[in-house]
Amino acid sequence: MPTNILMPALSPTMEEGNLAKWLVKEGDKVSSGDVIAEIETDKATMEVEAVDEGTIAKIVVEAGTENVKVNEVIAILAEEGEDVSEAAKGGSASASSGADPHSERGSDGAAGGGEAASGGDPVANMDDRRVPAEGKVHPEPKKPEVGKDPDIPEGTEMVTMTVREALNSAMAEEMRRDDDVFIMGEEVAEYQGAYKITQGLLDEFGARRVIDTPITEHGFAGIGVGAAMAGLKPIVEFMTFNFAMQAIDQIINSAAKTLYMSGGQMGAPIVFRGPNGAAARVAAQHSQDYAAWYSHVPGLKVVQPYTAADAKGLLKAAIRDPNPVIFLENEILYGQSFEVPKMDDFVLPIGKARIHQKGDDATIVSFGIGMTYAVKAAERLAEEGIACEVIDLRTIRPMDLDTIIESVKKTGRLVTVEEGFPQSSVGDHIASQVMQRAFDYLDAPVVTICGKDVPMPYAANLEKLALPNVDEVVQAVKAVSYR
Amino acid sequence: MAAKSAGAASKHKAPKLKPTPTNKDAHTKMEAPAALKFSKEQELDAYRGMLLIRRFEEKAGQLYGMGFIGGFCHLYIGQEAVVTGMQMAIDEGDQVITGYRDHGHMLACGMDPNGVMAELTGRRGGLSKGKGGSMHMFSKEKNFYGGHGIVGAQVSLGTGLAFANKYRENDRVSLAYFGDGASNQGQVYESFNMAELWQLPVIYIVENNRYAMGTSVSRSSAQQDFSQRGASFNIPGIQVDGMDVRAVKAAGDVAVQWCRAGKGPIILEMQTYRYRGHSMSDPAKYRSKDEVQKMRAEHDPIEQVKQRILEGKMASEDDLKAIDKEIRDIVAKSAEFAQNDPEPDVSELYTDITL
Repeated sequence: MPTNILMPALSPTMEEGNLAKWLVKEGDKVSSGDVIAEIETDKATMEVEAVDEGTIAKIVVEAGTENVKVNEVIAILAEEGEDVSEAAKGGSASASSGADPHSERGSDGAAGGGEAASGGDPVANMDDRRVPAEGKVHPEPKKPEVGKDPDIPEGTEMVTMTVREALNSAMAEEMRRDDDVFIMGEEVAEYQGAYKITQGLLDEFGARRVIDTPITEHGFAGIGVGAAMAGLKPIVEFMTFNFAMQAIDQIINSAAKTLYMSGGQMGAPIVFRGPNGAAARVAAQHSQDYAAWYSHVPGLKVVQPYTAADAKGLLKAAIRDPNPVIFLENEILYGQSFEVPKMDDFVLPIGKARIHQKGDDATIVSFGIGMTYAVKAAERLAEEGIACEVIDLRTIRPMDLDTIIESVKKTGRLVTVEEGFPQSSVGDHIASQVMQRAFDYLDAPVVTICGKDVPMPYAANLEKLALPNVDEVVQAVKAVSYR
Repeated sequence: MAAKSAGAASKHKAPKLKPTPTNKDAHTKMEAPAALKFSKEQELDAYRGMLLIRRFEEKAGQLYGMGFIGGFCHLYIGQEAVVTGMQMAIDEGDQVITGYRDHGHMLACGMDPNGVMAELTGRRGGLSKGKGGSMHMFSKEKNFYGGHGIVGAQVSLGTGLAFANKYRENDRVSLAYFGDGASNQGQVYESFNMAELWQLPVIYIVENNRYAMGTSVSRSSAQQDFSQRGASFNIPGIQVDGMDVRAVKAAGDVAVQWCRAGKGPIILEMQTYRYRGHSMSDPAKYRSKDEVQKMRAEHDPIEQVKQRILEGKMASEDDLKAIDKEIRDIVAKSAEFAQNDPEPDVSELYTDITL
């Protein structure tokens, strides 16, 4: 029985990659463990090893092919004694194994890197991304429909860009503009970024301004804050915000409180940024959303963008902001594409929500990756005749409650969506504020959709259950609409 | 648990009053330079500077007892030579950062005694408008970066100040003060590592006053030679008699030169002593009164300078009395200001949170 060799995934979030090179040719005998090909993503390169013994009957995907989907058949292997030409017609699946060359720090680093720069619809792909092992068929890429941002001038030319490219260009532009801006963090320089957000910055700006740190979050966060107190404008990258818990004392006690404690004399113009929240299959210690945590603290600004345009415009604003800004990104969003205005200097205001989609029947408020559920739910609800107003909060602190209240006054119904834990969630705060400021306008209790009140499980099915989903949002909107 | 008398502290190994013997051959062990011979001006400056701190702190202790100062209040009495000697070693523009026992550092940096005292009493004329208190004061003008209440946090922050200096290539050095207690915090070593790795011009000054709150160094610290706490990172260190302002200045000169020459960080362990409790509510059960008395009688930094001035006939008893009066007047004025200045306007509650 011939065996299909499938395109392997470097990480749970990888969807596709390039087949850089074949190291074997048709007719070659291979044994288990032989390196047969090289796979590239925008993040890393890895070698593909044969799992079974046999003869390469057919190479299905030629070397140099780009955007090969995970689990696509790339070659066919004939078993010992099998007719090679017969075997070349097809076989049963056998995943090849990927040896990650950069696995020192487990899945948070390089192994997280396979999430390809697909231009796919983030919403449509959500469920597929969550359970990559099932190898679902990916729908045709569709550009997400992003509502008009009044901060983007009418008629501005738009270019398609991934969130990753948007963040990268935001930093590069600000570093070109101001010599006081520098970036420090683990693997930001020579490795080109654990998630490739800092790709190319070392080449352009040199080791003085793009600084690899040892794995010491507490120490380098403190050094960053000290440098900011002296007037520099550091960007501190955390490989993920899960590791920032090591540094949270410096973020809160030193960065957030100094301006107040000094009577306004001295503050910390610093950006702490990095992926936040759940990626895929990295379990409890690597899958927490910190939006609610940081939003609790006066003296901080907290930004969590969804689209590439917001990522770019708000990161530029965060770097220029004289206050400490927590900039929460999401690994799953990094590779997703959006329209970004082509402007010399595109800066968005921090603290302003964006109405992603207008509607009169119910309001859905979300931010970051939560928007993917909100947008998809709104589409489905529209099909059932419920027109949702979808508000992308973008900034968690200071929170643009006015935009939410205005919308609730119109719709009378509110559902919030986020991936964080339910108790003292961002949604809880919104619900409380809406109750206090717009009680008479509410036609139903506010419903908050959150991640479940459990540490993130590893198993694919449990992980899926622990996160919010589109159905929950649809049901919640129907519930508040009494439908 | 039975109540312990002051003497009961001796149940634990008594802290050594002499420098801990260490491996003198260690590659990071630098000999302390000989105490400098001070000029008349230097002796009188040191006397004046240390006396201001002593009298100021005594007054702060009184105001605390009277209820004018609230919360925590950590006095610097006994340790005056450390910050006074180091200030004599640095130049205008060099930066200073410390923990919460910070009043002495602020006065030594030239910050207004009225502003410091009014901050202690939480008044609008305080250096932080009354919003920081004893542990949190700052002065951009005097290059004083706090005043930090979290033990050890200032070490990373001070390393960050040095990072900024190196980034700007401005030839400035930063002084990060911390205690023997903070020396056991993890972020201190994270900072040491990066400071040496990146050759940052930072002088780490360990004010070893022998007690982390009430825990003696022998009960808290496996390596009691704090000058060697950077040995794993190849950071050299010097043990200094922190009760002798001339020895402090001499070591400070060496350290400043080291940093300005681009050789990276250096550690100065200042062997000093705190006469008063950790804070105002100290039960004083962890050391004997005799120990404190012995230090005061034999090692007092101010008495040492006074003796040298008189013996060297640099000034007369009357001259020194005139200085004492001048200092007492400054302190009395600051206390008066701090008691009569109004509390902050209630509108200040919501200012200075973000810019």
